Amino acid sequence: MQDFTFHMPAAVADAASLLGSCEDPKLIAGGMTLLPTLKQRLAEPTDLIDLGAIADLKGVKREGDQIVVGAMTCHADVAASELVLSTIPGLAMLAGQIGDPAVRHRGTIGGSSANADPAADYPAGLVGLCATVVTNQREIPADDFFTGLFDTALEPGEIITAMRFPIPKWSHYMKLRHPASGYAVVGVMVVDTGAGVRVAVTGAGPSVFRVAAMEEALSKDFSVKSIEAIKVDADGLNADMHASAAYRAHVITVLAKRAVAARG
Amino acid sequence: MGQFGIGQPVRRKEDVRLLTGKGVYTDDVNIDGQVFGVFVRSPQANAVINAIDIETALAAEGVVAIYTGEDLAADGVGTLETEVEMADLAGNPMFRPKRTLLATGKVRFLGEPVAIVLAETQEQARAAAELVMVDYDQLPSIASTAGAVDPSSPPVWPEHGSNVSVHWENRPASEIDVHMERAKTRVTVDIVNNRLVPNPMEPRAAVAHFDAATGMMTLYAPTQGGRRIQGGLAKGILKIPADKMRVISQDTGGGFGIRGKLYPELGVVCWAARRSGRPVKWRGDRNETFVSDYHGRDQVNHAELGLDENGRVVALKVHTILNVGAYMGENGPRLPISGGGRIIPGVYDIENFYFSVKPVFTNTVPTDTYRGAGRPEANFLMERLMDAAADATGLARDEIRRRNVIRQDQMPYMTQMGLLIDSGDFIGNMDMAMEHSDWKGFEARRKESEKNGRLRGIGLGNFVEAAGGRPTEEMRVRISADGKATVFAGTYSHGQGHETVYAQLIEEYLGVPFDDVSLVQGDTATSPMGSAGTFGSRSSWMGGLGIRRSSDAIVAKGKKIAAKLLQGDEEAVSFENGVFSAGAGSVTIQEVAKAAQEPKNLPEGMEPGLDESFNVKRDAELFNFPNGCHVCEVEIDPDLGIAQIVGYTAVDDCGVVLNPFIVHGQVYGGIAQGIGQALTENTVYDAEGQLMTGSFMDYGMPKAQHFSHIEALFNEVRCKTNDLGVKGAGEAGACGAPSAFVSAVMNALSPYGIKHIDMPLTPDRIWQAIADAKSAKAA
Ligand SMILES: Cc1cc2nc3c(=O)[nH]c(=O)nc-3n(C[C@H](O)[C@H](O)[C@H](O)COP(=O)(O)OP(=O)(O)OC[C@H]3O[C@@H](n4cnc5c(N)ncnc54)[C@H](O)[C@@H]3O)c2cc1C
Repeated sequence: MQDFTFHMPAAVADAASLLGSCEDPKLIAGGMTLLPTLKQRLAEPTDLIDLGAIADLKGVKREGDQIVVGAMTCHADVAASELVLSTIPGLAMLAGQIGDPAVRHRGTIGGSSANADPAADYPAGLVGLCATVVTNQREIPADDFFTGLFDTALEPGEIITAMRFPIPKWSHYMKLRHPASGYAVVGVMVVDTGAGVRVAVTGAGPSVFRVAAMEEALSKDFSVKSIEAIKVDADGLNADMHASAAYRAHVITVLAKRAVAARG
Repeated sequence: MGQFGIGQPVRRKEDVRLLTGKGVYTDDVNIDGQVFGVFVRSPQANAVINAIDIETALAAEGVVAIYTGEDLAADGVGTLETEVEMADLAGNPMFRPKRTLLATGKVRFLGEPVAIVLAETQEQARAAAELVMVDYDQLPSIASTAGAVDPSSPPVWPEHGSNVSVHWENRPASEIDVHMERAKTRVTVDIVNNRLVPNPMEPRAAVAHFDAATGMMTLYAPTQGGRRIQGGLAKGILKIPADKMRVISQDTGGGFGIRGKLYPELGVVCWAARRSGRPVKWRGDRNETFVSDYHGRDQVNHAELGLDENGRVVALKVHTILNVGAYMGENGPRLPISGGGRIIPGVYDIENFYFSVKPVFTNTVPTDTYRGAGRPEANFLMERLMDAAADATGLARDEIRRRNVIRQDQMPYMTQMGLLIDSGDFIGNMDMAMEHSDWKGFEARRKESEKNGRLRGIGLGNFVEAAGGRPTEEMRVRISADGKATVFAGTYSHGQGHETVYAQLIEEYLGVPFDDVSLVQGDTATSPMGSAGTFGSRSSWMGGLGIRRSSDAIVAKGKKIAAKLLQGDEEAVSFENGVFSAGAGSVTIQEVAKAAQEPKNLPEGMEPGLDESFNVKRDAELFNFPNGCHVCEVEIDPDLGIAQIVGYTAVDDCGVVLNPFIVHGQVYGGIAQGIGQALTENTVYDAEGQLMTGSFMDYGMPKAQHFSHIEALFNEVRCKTNDLGVKGAGEAGACGAPSAFVSAVMNALSPYGIKHIDMPLTPDRIWQAIADAKSAKAA
């Protein structure tokens, strides 16, 4: 790891001005992705700006019919939040399946989303639940936020401050864990928003995507049967030594069915 | 005897120290004036080194020196070669290439060290290592085990021409073909025994210090006993007398066979300390574990079993291709032969056995001993054949085995390959495992699973190993004036719990309380000369016997001293529970130890002290035979292809159990690694020789969630060839688990007619096999 200057601003505005003034700065949240990258010398920032001391960025609260999760809220806190459990259980379910206990107590929703790993769980949660990514500059709908492999709509200098989740009627998350890393080989978030059903898939493609055919079918008839025959095209899906594209395509349908079946 | 004697489930003495961060590992060692070494490693699988430009790197901040293979050669540093020699039936010897410690002229696998950078800090050394410019000319490469036998595969060693180092056979195949031809049923299996990265918890490390005034070279490194590498380092590499080479391993975080080796990096670090005049510290990281620690397994087997009308085996033929990697490890090429091949017939009475082995070179990390070292491969192969035979003959899987196992009344049983199996209750193992796993009740459980859309399967695997490793080991036992006992061991506990077990033995044999016994190990300056170390499931036997004999000598001497103290006759002195008695008088061993320091208390000419050592020497062909039967039960989610273990019963015969708590630990650990191989672990190189599984992100270690409760039971049959009655225990689990698990999965998949899936049985593979079977049926 190269030497760097370490900053711990107490407010988002201070973090933003450091981002603007330092030579080659990087934000650090839980460090679960960034630290290994630094150790392997794949990134060599001159300055690390730790968001850990900014109290506003932590915690879960309710604002009207929305749940707001601070960017620095760790996965374990989302998974255990009474508020989340009682309003969006699918989100708690998702957070509770990320990595291992150590990772869940360090990794954050902001860091995970900014990183946009194709196999990360949160992208399916954000997109499935119609979340809005709140930054220090604007609000970005999740559908527009994840733009590709490790790519987001964030501009340089932009800091995620929170995620807003409208409370859905029902939500459920199913995940097939990668045999080595534990990330999602496929993760499927099925959400009944009240205005329709959303099916968001992570792990299977270069970035999170929605399965329109399933959404349509489930919006009409919320049953396992209605999506049983829907096959996702394996073309363009990820393939690696642990899972072929055909397997991933198949697993999407299996997990979507199981999620639907879970609605008693 | 007592609460701490032989057979008691005594808690591990060493755990408090190890679990509270008080262990001293190599990275905890720092020497004044040390510099940090970082290796520059090859990013290429096969390439000519045109030039190494170190100029920019040398000028970088903090850099002290940079050395390449040419510097080593100019200084007369030695090379490494395998200890194994063998020849084909015509007498043509195996090709045994030498390995220079740093690649010179050519690199032959990704990760091979090319240079070492020394700098004042670890970071400076790492930064400078990136500035070392190596100009490579890439050559075609080969990684595939099966592909390497193809004469047109790119040769790793063009000077040898072929990638096949030798075609070894135990006898002409025609001698067995005549038996095979009279078989009523013939079955074949083709198996890829997947390559594994052993991954001890502690990555490799080394700290070397050269004292120019005395000429003493001291190396701190994780090992499995320093004596194993001391001679090679001194004489073979550094060209110094062995007594000027000291190797110290205080604590070592796991060995599994691969930590016992003389790796090139150890030689480089020692030499660099001498050359630079500064102590050198190298702290290997996990990436280096993946690309430079020796790998395990990696065989391709084709085997055929012939059976008569009664389901009795009449002939067995095995063809093995072993991937040795780019160079030959110390023991690598011997693993499918004297390591495992000899016991392929396993627990079965098989007279006509042919096997052939082709150790092949590829542009990959060398392979060498890893928990079981050839025996898990052998047992897996044999058990897959037995399942295939059951399938072909229509006999139950246990029945075909019962008809073929070596019965107790046949023991001692001399195998075709000259191994004398002294004891073992192979039928009893199966009975016990099947009873405890409720094999009979399986069908009801299967139906229950079926109702929930799950496939359930049960499987069993017999195994036997040949344990003992090298034929010598020396141990020393001392009781000091304060009455406390010290064991100076040549064996080296790197997780096995010797501090505990040896103390139990001392309490048992000498009556010195468990808490008054300490273990000194891991330093060639104090370990007895005849020592070898810990590997090959040998320490309870070789180390235990050494303690036993040393203790006997202490008692014999103690009797003489006691006789003098009690003013009695030596013959009249008896010894029990730490007390010497003669008539009405008695003295404790502690009193004798104290008295033994004073010449006046001793008979004429006797050396003071109670301090005895014993060099255990056994016939090199004498082994013991840990054996057992494991039963595994799985449930498969057919939609996702996930196989989940739902029951596991392990019956092990490791002879007399010195400490069941510790042996259970060995059994669990071995099973975990065996299941790792069968379910999650795989080492994958792409066609260019790039390692695709170079970290835990891609290399699947087994996790707690993959297991169910393991019911570990003993079917204890005393070993007849050593006084302690012990057999090895360290490798058994790794031998039993793969076959039991795979048998269970295949049993679950039998409704689809699936006969074989290569390990690891990942969800993707199981699902694909089901999908293929379905579409074959539809067609
Ligand atoms: C062993 C292991 C297993 C894991 N398993 C899973 C898994 O199963 N599923 C899963 O989804 N994830 C998994 N992860 C990822 C983990 O959950 C973290 O979410 C992830 O590593 C990033 O979060 P972080 O808070 O640690 O971010 P950091 O590593 O600190 O930062 C990551 C990136 O985001 C940027 N960043 C951080 N915060 C902000 C912000 N507020 N605004 C803008 N940019 C920001 C940083 O600059 C950096 O580029 C795993 C990680 C590990 C180490």
